[in-house]
Amino acid sequence: MKMAHRSAFRHGGGTAYLFLLPWLIGFFGLTLGPMLGSLYLSLTKYNLLNAPRWLGLANYRQIFTADDYFYRSLAVTFKYVLFSVPLKMIFALLVALALNKGIRLLGIYRTVYYIPSLLGGSVAIAIVWRQIFAGDGLVNHFLGLFGIEGPAWISHPSYILSTIVTLSVWQFGSAMVIFLAGIKQIPADLYEASQVDGANKLRQFFKITLPMLSPVIFFNLVMGIINSFQVFTPGYVIGDGRGGPVNSTLFYTLYLYLKGFSFFDMGYAAALAWIMLIIIGGFTSIVFVTSKFWVFYGDGREGK
Amino acid sequence: MANRPNLFKAGKHLLIIACGLLMLYPVMWLLASSFKPNNLIFASSGLWPKTFTLDNYVNGWKGLQGITFSRFFLNSAVISVLSVIGNILTCSLAAYAFARLEFRFKSVLFACMLVTIMLPYHVLLIPQYIIFSKLDWINTYLPLIVPKWLAHDSFFILLMIQFIRGIPRELDESATIDGCGSGQLYFRIIIPLLVPALITTAIFTFIWTWDDFFSQMIYLSEIKLFTVQLGIRSLYDPSGDSDWGALLAMSVLSLVPIMTIFLLFQKHFLEGIATTGLK
Repeated sequence: MKMAHRSAFRHGGGTAYLFLLPWLIGFFGLTLGPMLGSLYLSLTKYNLLNAPRWLGLANYRQIFTADDYFYRSLAVTFKYVLFSVPLKMIFALLVALALNKGIRLLGIYRTVYYIPSLLGGSVAIAIVWRQIFAGDGLVNHFLGLFGIEGPAWISHPSYILSTIVTLSVWQFGSAMVIFLAGIKQIPADLYEASQVDGANKLRQFFKITLPMLSPVIFFNLVMGIINSFQVFTPGYVIGDGRGGPVNSTLFYTLYLYLKGFSFFDMGYAAALAWIMLIIIGGFTSIVFVTSKFWVFYGDGREGK
Repeated sequence: MANRPNLFKAGKHLLIIACGLLMLYPVMWLLASSFKPNNLIFASSGLWPKTFTLDNYVNGWKGLQGITFSRFFLNSAVISVLSVIGNILTCSLAAYAFARLEFRFKSVLFACMLVTIMLPYHVLLIPQYIIFSKLDWINTYLPLIVPKWLAHDSFFILLMIQFIRGIPRELDESATIDGCGSGQLYFRIIIPLLVPALITTAIFTFIWTWDDFFSQMIYLSEIKLFTVQLGIRSLYDPSGDSDWGALLAMSVLSLVPIMTIFLLFQKHFLEGIATTGLK
């Protein structure tokens, strides 16, 4: 009887749960619990000091019908994602293609192009970026050499977002390294066979390289979307930290932060967070659903 | 005629090098400017300092309100190192359970773990902040470190699971026949073979924690608790009147640990990204 009980315990995985214990505490205490908590809070008014006051859907109604900042911050974030994600991928792919083909010194080049990804997330580089794009900064000096009078990139609301996008595109190195690894996986005989059939370089790129890389592109795209929706530091440091000039750096995360930690409207901020989760989830699922039309898990890989 | 491919190749190399220099220009500008006197930093766009000075480093190191940057560096180092240890330990424990052990609700929990990888941080931000503030953990390092000791970065769990799956099961089996329990199996067989994945985890945890600005800003407001990132942000005044020399000098120093780790582990690093898709 006792034996049977013990073996049932073993099969239930008593020891396994010991190994899992830290993760389980973290999962229930820091992920699942907080998520449910934030769902509840999003239906209340809560300022951290007084008890939450039940509001029903009032926060959400306010956000969708009467909050210009919400739409403003959504527009800023969408614009950022829409430009930075594809541009970064295109640069990463082009440079990866240029560095491929057994080029000499590949190791050094790869390192050099990767360094921006390594440093780009820091406050230090964001500050440098603000400075080199400032009205009398390096970029305009450089443009001046060609007789172009550059705009005030930082202080003008129409241009500041583009400087933040360039900061993101500048960090294409990590995606490039992933592409390089993907290109290496493509069997060389595919190119040889197509050459015999008389395909030119461009055709090879569209018919071989791109389809064979599509799983990697898919991965980079999903991660890129998820990460860029959450961008905070560059907007916060290159802008003035409150979304200015004229709300042009009011990223969604910054708005959420201001609502929660400047106005201490935690319920409202929780509602904003849930809307963000649904938007990111929506975009990611679109990529996932459409992936079966454009992501090619070639037989070439499994068949070999 | 025979020279043409060579010429083409040289041209390509030149182009790649030129673009590389352009890419690194902001970093070089930062480095060069940190050695220029304050009034010359924005006077010319040339890199080489005409007058070379270390004043910026001396002034910057003084920090804020009597608390020097040695304190900020120490704080950042403490947070980063404790985070690294936590992540290595608890993520590998969880990964071992998921990869090798059988237990009830395994597939459900595994699915939960996968979902948390894609969960945006901001959804958890508000309730986590409330929990930590109820625990009286604001202005301590606990909100930054404790999650790492609870395997909160599930990305690394997945990384290690994939790695453990590559370790032949025959090793486990023969160790079990020799009388090893799952605890010994974990310490004697899995951990030594998992070292490459542990190094990848350590490197990225260190860099992400060192660079992290958002959660440090939210949880720390006392200057003596400040990290390097917060120190730099406080030296910097977006309205314009910063001591730019000092700011840039400290910025350079803030990047040194990350660059050092990168250069030391370069090969490991780039392969880690290529095989796992880490940033």
